[in-house]
Amino acid sequence: MAKETVIQGVVVRGGEPVSTGYARLLDEGGDFTAEVPLSATGQFRFFARPGQWTVRALVPGASGEQKVVARQGEPIDTQVEVTA
Amino acid sequence: MSREKALVDAAWAEANRDNPKVVLVEVDEDVSAYDKGHIPGAVRLDWKSELQDPIIRDFVNKEQFEKLLSGKGIANDDTVVLYGGNNNWFAAYAYWYFNLYGHADVRLLDGGRKKWELDGRELTAEVSPRTATTYTAKEPRTDIRAFREEVVAAIGEKALVDVRSPDEFSGKLLAPAHLPQEQSQRAGHIPTAKNIPWAKTANEDGTFRSNDELTKLYGEAGVDLSREIIAYCRIGERSAHTWFALHELLDLPGVKNYDGSWTEYGSLVGVPIEKGA
Repeated sequence: MAKETVIQGVVVRGGEPVSTGYARLLDEGGDFTAEVPLSATGQFRFFARPGQWTVRALVPGASGEQKVVARQGEPIDTQVEVTA
Repeated sequence: MSREKALVDAAWAEANRDNPKVVLVEVDEDVSAYDKGHIPGAVRLDWKSELQDPIIRDFVNKEQFEKLLSGKGIANDDTVVLYGGNNNWFAAYAYWYFNLYGHADVRLLDGGRKKWELDGRELTAEVSPRTATTYTAKEPRTDIRAFREEVVAAIGEKALVDVRSPDEFSGKLLAPAHLPQEQSQRAGHIPTAKNIPWAKTANEDGTFRSNDELTKLYGEAGVDLSREIIAYCRIGERSAHTWFALHELLDLPGVKNYDGSWTEYGSLVGVPIEKGA
């Protein structure tokens, strides 16, 4: 893991993790790169490359996004708040 | 083919899921997703362990495909509706595959698993096995599959569409940024190819963009849709999704998927390669 560039985190709604939904990784131009389903505890993880990214979360009836800057070897932990 | 015949929406799938001649088939990148929940009645297809030959780099052959579908309880006259996660990425690959072996009526569920879930529709972990059939496949079609000699000969002659990410196209990366890097020997792209990342054909909810939007997308990227087209990516799955958009939705006749894709082309000795955007 030391050499990987990892973006991970949790999707929350009203402070509580959301278990159904998807996290999308968008590049600095806003273009789609990857998508993963959320875990039962609302978590996601992407392997990426260093740079600016946006994590966009889609859950039933709500969405939200969070910008992150990823660095090699330093996993980024983030939280994405979704609202209707 | 046309959009109306190739795609069904969630309401159609819900209305027809109890029809014994309609088989819903889930195909995911994450093959464990089915266990957590799938559309009631759907069967699972594993793109890697069931659709790929375990020894040589190729598809399962005709006899293996017949055995596979017979075991899944899929008959020749069934309507097969494929769906999966990630904009139907692997479901579109399976769609191409079913076409390759001549299945008469196969469709994609527009938006796939994601839209189904985001709409709050029912999923179940309960498995409903179907009664085995005796499936007969046709000889594999060659008019929708490109091989390496044809791809090399197509440089400057046909439209080449590279559907990988811009960083793979330019040669910065050998695989999508979020995946472990599977190696081809060289990075870059096939000369004259235009880069239109596969997911640009889909909306955020996983449904396909309209035909007008698709035509604009490829036109603005400089792809001449009146020419024969070969789509490729890294291992042939993302480009199967683009093949679906071009061949099935836009109804263009001369479109092939090069499933050898960059992992093959980028390891060939002596073929031309371009780098940069």
